Amino acid sequence: MKYLREFHDPATAAALAKELAYAGNSFARSGRSAVIMEVCGTHTMAIARHGIRSLLPPNIQLISGPGCPVCVTEPGYIDTAIELARRGVIVVTFGDLLAVPGSESSLANARAAGARIVVCYSPAETLRIAAQHQNSEVVFLAVGFETTIAPIVSTLEAASKNGVKNLSFLTAFKRVIPAMKALVSDTSNRIDAFLCPGHVSAIIGVEPYQEIATSGIPCVIAGFEPIDILQALLKLVDMVKNKEASVINLYSRVVRQRGNPKAQELIDTFLVPSAARWRGLGEIPDSGFSFRETWRHFDAEARHGVRIPEGRQYRGCLCGEIVKGKIPPEQCSHFGRKCTPESPVGPCMVSSEGTCAAYYKYISVQRS
Amino acid sequence: MRRILQVYFGTKELKVLDPMENIQMIELAHGGGGRLARSLVRDEILSRFGDGPLRNLPDAAVLASLKGKAVFTTDSYVVQPLEFPGGDIGKLAVHGSVNDVAVCGAKPLWLSVAIIVEEGLPLATFRRVLDSIRAAADDSGVTVVTGDTKVVPHGQADGLYITTACVGELIEGFNLDVSLIRPGDAILVSGTIGDHGMAVMAARHHLFTKDGPESDTAPVHRLIAEIAPFAKDVHFMRDPTRGGLSAVLNEIVDDRSVDVILRETEIPISPPVRSASDILGIDPLHSACEGRIVLFCAQSVADAVLSAWKRLPEGRHSSRIGTVVEGRGRVIMETSAGGRRLVDLPRGELLPRIC
Repeated sequence: MKYLREFHDPATAAALAKELAYAGNSFARSGRSAVIMEVCGTHTMAIARHGIRSLLPPNIQLISGPGCPVCVTEPGYIDTAIELARRGVIVVTFGDLLAVPGSESSLANARAAGARIVVCYSPAETLRIAAQHQNSEVVFLAVGFETTIAPIVSTLEAASKNGVKNLSFLTAFKRVIPAMKALVSDTSNRIDAFLCPGHVSAIIGVEPYQEIATSGIPCVIAGFEPIDILQALLKLVDMVKNKEASVINLYSRVVRQRGNPKAQELIDTFLVPSAARWRGLGEIPDSGFSFRETWRHFDAEARHGVRIPEGRQYRGCLCGEIVKGKIPPEQCSHFGRKCTPESPVGPCMVSSEGTCAAYYKYISVQRS
Repeated sequence: MRRILQVYFGTKELKVLDPMENIQMIELAHGGGGRLARSLVRDEILSRFGDGPLRNLPDAAVLASLKGKAVFTTDSYVVQPLEFPGGDIGKLAVHGSVNDVAVCGAKPLWLSVAIIVEEGLPLATFRRVLDSIRAAADDSGVTVVTGDTKVVPHGQADGLYITTACVGELIEGFNLDVSLIRPGDAILVSGTIGDHGMAVMAARHHLFTKDGPESDTAPVHRLIAEIAPFAKDVHFMRDPTRGGLSAVLNEIVDDRSVDVILRETEIPISPPVRSASDILGIDPLHSACEGRIVLFCAQSVADAVLSAWKRLPEGRHSSRIGTVVEGRGRVIMETSAGGRRLVDLPRGELLPRIC
């Protein structure tokens, strides 16, 4: 705890904020600004929680990328999960998927109507539920990035070792690097630098970002404490100012150069990269994972004969543009009116880590 | 050996007894008015509560007249799991109503307890909860003066529900009202925040085998009595239960021309709550307390109230967490990093997040 508290130290934070303001000002004099995208939802949340935006000069702009797994999950996925629950399957899910709107309904509504939907904290809880309901089919809603994929796959491994017969996984796995590349290659986006995810990098390591840096966009991997984030922003602004682009790992207390080879190997045993659909970004090649043929019996789509369709999205919902960083949430006409955390229209408002939810919660403090 | 099967039912874990084993459990007949019902009342209720006004099982309690104004509250208690680190539903049901009376500036006196039991609940659990109600009532200085027990068929309740009502007497000098809160007031909390909610969440998801968060469920009446000398400068008090500190503060400032400014570094949060909060992605400010007071008072008495609290064990972590300023109904946090953010109302259901 003491160790972590150092990354909270108000005096250090104030000094860093001052340096950032100085960097921003010298930047502003040359008429320039920096648009920095934080890719990861946990960063979005930490930035909001620590009030980091209120410490930045106006010409350093932070935008939130596609790193919240709930936000990029398509409505069709939710529809399929509801369909399975309606068939009597026990659906096990992380909490923040509950309120995500599908085309017609949400898992929370289905649960209220009597569907068996169980909220878990860890994928491993699914094994216990499957063991307790041997006569029912259990489906785990397997969404997430590399950080979440690793524990899900280890649950899968345990299920396979223990001969669990009634468990399958409805997958919407996402990979961060292909999505970042897609964002960079779309020239209508303006991203000057990436604040790279801490947790995902603990799995994939530092090297995969090299390709993005080579294309001219600086990348800094950072932790989630205020000092971590401020240091990373300062480094990114420096690189943008000096027109340098490299990958810097400021989270070496957790992230190794090669990541976690054991987790990578485990993922590779069960899954193979494949194209994936992202809400707002569309289909991106190699940006997801599918089951290898040997493990197809764990695939809920194959096992239950369902297919995740492209569900309908709410008219006028701009979550897609928001996760690309093209517009801030306030520019969406639903934001704060039809779309609030109590009654979310789009997924970015649903997850506590969604860009819109974070803005809704914290941004109004700046407007005093 | 007695065997208990763990079974999931909806989102809760129910202990279902192996029918082949002879484990004593609550049956429908326990609520039926016949022999079993009588033995339940005699062996379980009167053995614990029969030394007071309940002795002859009157239909209603006859209460003494009060010198001061009477303060009266009621609340229902549902929680899963029924027993959690630091407490159980029995303790919670007593403390909840006692504290609602106490934070009105009153001394809690009498309690009613109505219990709805789902058939199949192990008798041992029922007994532990009753013991716990008795101990909590004694610790809170209240007498259980009337009560009721009903049994409902399996599946029609979640193990055990309790409704309590509490009557107390207003302590002279306290005149609390949310409209008395004004710019310049100091905001105090009587202890660490978020403990109860986080303990229950952590228990639900089996997060800790040791050193996890423990519920703070406890009576606050001693803390209130201790600050009676400063009563006229205390403007408002609440116990930050459902929705936690953030919900209470937001309700208080809602639609009023004041803002609350909190200092993150001054908000007491225990290390286990901080860890559970990091793991579950739930803000401790959104998490319920069941033995704490949030108090608004004139700056002039803030230090005196704090030192009075700190004399009691339940007040040792009390802290001055913020100030009221002119504004427009917002709760604003000055973060430990030196930034500012809005503290919002939690969404209805606290849910663990993905990553």
